[in-house]
Amino acid sequence: MSKVTMTVNGRKMAAEVEGRTLLSGFLREGLELTGTHVGCDTSQCGACVVLVNGQAVKSCTAFAADLEGAEVTTVEGMANPDGSLGNIQQAFQDYHGLQCGYCTPGMVMSTAALLADNPKPTEEEVRHYLEGNICRCTGYQNIVRAVMAASGQDVGALAAE
Amino acid sequence: MPKDDGIGASTKRREDTRFLTGNGKYTDDINLRGQTYVHFLRSDVAHGRIKGIDSSAAEAMDGVLRVFTAADFDSAGGIPCGWQVTDKHGQPMQEPKHPILAEGKVRHVGDPICAVVAETYAQARDAAEAIEVDIEELEPVVDMKAALKDGATKVHDDLSSNLCYDWGFVEENKDAVNEAFNNAAHVVSLELTNNRLVANPMEPRVAVGDYDPWGDSHTLYTTSQNPHVIRLLMGAFVLNIPEHKLRVVAPDVGGGFGSKIYHYAEEAFCTYAAKVLKRPVKWTSSRSEAFISDAHGRDHKTKIELALDADHNFTALRTETYANMGAYLSTFAPSIPTWLHGTLMAGNYKTPLIYVNVKAVFTNTVPVDAYRGAGRPEATFQIERLVDKAARELGVDPIELRRQNFIKPEEFPYQTPVAVVYDTGNYHATMDKMLELSDYAGFEARRAESAARGKLRGFGIAHYIEACGIAPSNLVGQLGARAGLYESASVRVNATGSISVYTGSHSHGQGHETTFAQVVAEMIGVDANSIEIHHGDTSNTPMGMGTYGSRSLAVGGSAIVKATNKIIDKAKKIAAHLLEAAPEDIELKDGKFSVAGTDKSVDWSGVTLAAYVPHNYPLEELEPGLEETAFYDPSNFTYPSGAYGCEVELDPETGKIDILRFIAADDFGNIVNPMIVEGQVHGGLAQGIGQALLENCVYDDQGQLLSGSYMDYTMPRADDMRGFTVDHSCVTPCTHNPLGVKGCGEAGAIGSPPAVVNAAIDALHRAGHTHITHIDMPLTPSRVWAAMNG
Amino acid sequence: MYNFDFVKPGSVADAVAALAGEEAQPLSGGQTLIPSMKARLNAPGSLVSLTGIPELVGVCREGDTLVIGAATTHAQVARDAAGDFPGLAALAGQIGDPAVRNKGTIGGSLANNDPSACYPAAALGTGATIVTDRREIAADDYFQGMFTTALEEGEIITSVRLPIPQASAYAKFVQPASRFALTAAFVARYASGVRVAITGASENGVFRWAEAEAALSSDFSANALDGLAHSAHEMIADLHGTAAYRAHLVGVMTRRAVAAAGS
Ligand SMILES: Cc1cc2nc3c(=O)[nH]c(=O)nc-3n(C[C@H](O)[C@H](O)[C@H](O)COP(=O)(O)OP(=O)(O)OC[C@H]3O[C@@H](n4cnc5c(N)ncnc54)[C@H](O)[C@@H]3O)c2cc1C
Ligand code: FES
Ligand code: FES
Repeated sequence: MSKVTMTVNGRKMAAEVEGRTLLSGFLREGLELTGTHVGCDTSQCGACVVLVNGQAVKSCTAFAADLEGAEVTTVEGMANPDGSLGNIQQAFQDYHGLQCGYCTPGMVMSTAALLADNPKPTEEEVRHYLEGNICRCTGYQNIVRAVMAASGQDVGALAAE
Repeated sequence: MPKDDGIGASTKRREDTRFLTGNGKYTDDINLRGQTYVHFLRSDVAHGRIKGIDSSAAEAMDGVLRVFTAADFDSAGGIPCGWQVTDKHGQPMQEPKHPILAEGKVRHVGDPICAVVAETYAQARDAAEAIEVDIEELEPVVDMKAALKDGATKVHDDLSSNLCYDWGFVEENKDAVNEAFNNAAHVVSLELTNNRLVANPMEPRVAVGDYDPWGDSHTLYTTSQNPHVIRLLMGAFVLNIPEHKLRVVAPDVGGGFGSKIYHYAEEAFCTYAAKVLKRPVKWTSSRSEAFISDAHGRDHKTKIELALDADHNFTALRTETYANMGAYLSTFAPSIPTWLHGTLMAGNYKTPLIYVNVKAVFTNTVPVDAYRGAGRPEATFQIERLVDKAARELGVDPIELRRQNFIKPEEFPYQTPVAVVYDTGNYHATMDKMLELSDYAGFEARRAESAARGKLRGFGIAHYIEACGIAPSNLVGQLGARAGLYESASVRVNATGSISVYTGSHSHGQGHETTFAQVVAEMIGVDANSIEIHHGDTSNTPMGMGTYGSRSLAVGGSAIVKATNKIIDKAKKIAAHLLEAAPEDIELKDGKFSVAGTDKSVDWSGVTLAAYVPHNYPLEELEPGLEETAFYDPSNFTYPSGAYGCEVELDPETGKIDILRFIAADDFGNIVNPMIVEGQVHGGLAQGIGQALLENCVYDDQGQLLSGSYMDYTMPRADDMRGFTVDHSCVTPCTHNPLGVKGCGEAGAIGSPPAVVNAAIDALHRAGHTHITHIDMPLTPSRVWAAMNG
Repeated sequence: MYNFDFVKPGSVADAVAALAGEEAQPLSGGQTLIPSMKARLNAPGSLVSLTGIPELVGVCREGDTLVIGAATTHAQVARDAAGDFPGLAALAGQIGDPAVRNKGTIGGSLANNDPSACYPAAALGTGATIVTDRREIAADDYFQGMFTTALEEGEIITSVRLPIPQASAYAKFVQPASRFALTAAFVARYASGVRVAITGASENGVFRWAEAEAALSSDFSANALDGLAHSAHEMIADLHGTAAYRAHLVGVMTRRAVAAAGS
């Protein structure tokens, strides 16, 4: 066991980890930040996506010990300072971009990474970017709408093709 | 205009705030003090005899508390099956025991043999590898038809064969059906497979068992769609724990799609082991484990035939289906290919004579049970593929052939030859709506544009009917169900007028906390924010049957309406007392009680306060308090229907099919929250398109699962579909429930697979590949290419 | 997964020293190693992280060669190679998904040599040199069949040197579940001739398609491939495609890569 320190959602946090402790486990068990979900064991589903030093990373596919000193943002860190829903979160609620909520933390974090890189993505770009995030509930259409709305674009009608 | 938060409003979901901020409470988020972890050692062979288990090394390992085997469950029952189907000779189905841990034999890859409980999950898993299981491999039974051959290896030694049942429906019609085929002007037939699928809710299953020795009481936290059903099945049939000593909690659940209906061995194990060890026991499934332990869906092989007269009227339909049950009977498994499938074989059509034969077969594969749509997608796929093929063979327009044979709006209620009575519907209207929304008229121009780019474009249609809102208890009882299918609700009005509703339904993505509140808000005329919906905990909700079969609003919502009406009745009596008027003269509007024709009124909270502070109150006639419970048992199924249009583009070089637009025109009856309904349809479409193009659960001939992870089981992604247009403006309200609602959860998954396949075949035919009459799902690029070049 | 010791050296020398230990294994982006450890297919005694070694990261041009540090992520290559070697940048940008690209590295990909991976096609298709802590290996010698390379025990890749082509492109037909290549072609045109590398298709891993190279070297156009078909012999057959289908895709993807490369 060794101690790992990270800045998580702006706060310095530490927990004891084994070599095999994954970032997802560090967050969920070590820090009790259970917003980050685990939906697979082959690194495909993206339910676990968080930002590490500003970049989207699958927290189930990174060792906590390899991230000493990293800045991590999870879905718990996405609300406004007053506790109200942040811009991306609000768009997901407004456009019904979630149902069971299980994929949602990963979707929100991937969206944050996308919009940081590409503030006005097209529908194609959004669909492509979300390739690593699986949602079984929504059929994605409302997620895509929510992402585009979060980027300030009109989503009244998503084109048919 | 609907009120902001009443019936018909697209109220934003209140549950979203906790999900979007990471504050959902899913079962895996629950960690109890002193918790231990279990890992199941599962069979890696499909079929084998257990000769011996040596767990001594494992038991000596760090942190290991105990290794359990079947012997520990001598006094427990098997996992029960909730439905008994009677075969065509009137005999009950063959029903093997389904032990918690494998007894003597393993029967599928993933069958649990031992359970290791340790201080940490990693220790449990490490120790499981130190267990030596001596297994004599037996020949696996994988192919359904081979399983039924004389002399085939038996999955269950104590059964007479691998046949669970051979079901005929309606058996008495069989000769008349055959006669109609003999006299038919045209007969069209098709052999097809309904591919095996894995439900794959994004949250894997989790169970946490807890035991309180002081009260001798058990609590199970589990990822379930129906906690009361689990309490009943596990308490009464497996572990012999009376209801009052067993609490089952299904907190936030990350999707289910059927796979979380059933009672699973892991739930019983954790509940039981927590008592043995006097410590909480937690199991979290990995995704890989889910693939070999969650019940699968579909997996039918069918031959279907349609007889038509010279004028192209459908005169008879007959089918023969092989339905895979897997190695054991999961909770509802026997009912899926029978009562949820055979009864739907009339589709939207006036086919007068129908005979359905289903042979349910045991194989050395994971048990198969309901998956979104359950039986109805299989029925719809057969009918709608066959009608399309018929149109092609007869050289008529597939739309016109359907219209000609549709049940007409004036013919409802309509008694089909397969037992059910459709109460309402207007299939011509949904078909017209779909064609309008899909710009069918402009298709030819779009096709030409695709052709100019070397791509093949096609348009496919399907019209579906489903029976949902399950189900009338007395009817399903006759059909073999071992439970009722009512729903319950308690409405507790608090002293200040706020309202707590306890529903037996369960929400795992459907948004009940929002929609159910809309219903009550509308009925009473109070702000929806003063209403809270509780579900998922057997300790505070009345016995309910849970959420599946598109039943929550139609059955659960109806129970809420019923309970709320009781509340209103009583509240009116209190108001009458306060206003010194007769109860009959009291009107409730916008949360205010008034005496008809006067300006005398008292508001909602005035009445609720009087109910709990009964100083000025008719105590001789009326109990204090304002809390009512109701059970609603539907008198019929509900019958949503709709027309689906799918436009695809096919790349002839690679065989890849892209969905360009998908139009769903559904008749769901009345709608409470259009936004949520639309989301339900989107999700269903994605799963149906997934079945048609991407998803396939495949075993090799040794019973090894080839598609056992997301590396090989293709989950639909954002990039795999686009252009959904969903309409629900065609409304024929359900005639027998108080809200006039039909249910919308499964429709998308039911109607879409045939629309997609029909579109692909259409594209191929328009490009001259007329020899291709069918391609089995999923239509992968490789299969399409092979068909084109075969 | 099994437990292990975790070390994170700051230099190649320290990494090589750490890797001399028993059952030690390098960890780069972890996008392959971690899932395989979860499945208990891989059980190192210690993991030596390469992500804290600055000299292993970066993309830089040296004359007609692009040099990429082994621990450079796919995302960084997609970004930093775009100007000098757009065909390679586009390939890197198609690997997996954004989160995988933010962690996965070129060194890890080449060391792993998955028969469906993308980078092996670029390395073989450019005739790259794989530079390790102890030697330089030509791509033609490096890839030795699926999951097999010329690397020795404890040897680590430090960089990859890719000759920059006049024109190049990667055409990938995605295996829809895993997002790896079902079959993909990397085509690169040099003054000396054309190289074509195919990944995803063969039971022997990445390979060069000699007939196509010959045809394209005399006429770099998709039409030059007319009539050329690859044999289905030793092609991978699985749920996602038959051997014949993969052989067919070899032709289609090569043609598409040539068309995308332009002239
Ligand atoms: C969802 C998903 C999708 C993917 N899609 C694709 C795809 O489309 N195309 C594709 O090509 N790949 C794909 N990958 C694989 C991805 O590109 C990996 O990142 C890559 O194959 C391995 O690189 P890594 O840095 O993650 O290596 P690691 O996982 O850290 O290591 C892989 C192996 O290489 C060894 N190793 C690592 N670095 C070195 C080194 N410098 N010297 C010697 N040995 C070393 C390790 O010991 C290990 O055995 C995908 C992965 C995932 C999870
Ligand atoms: S849990 Fe990380 S990708 Fe699935
Ligand atoms: S909302 Fe349930 S998985 Fe996406």
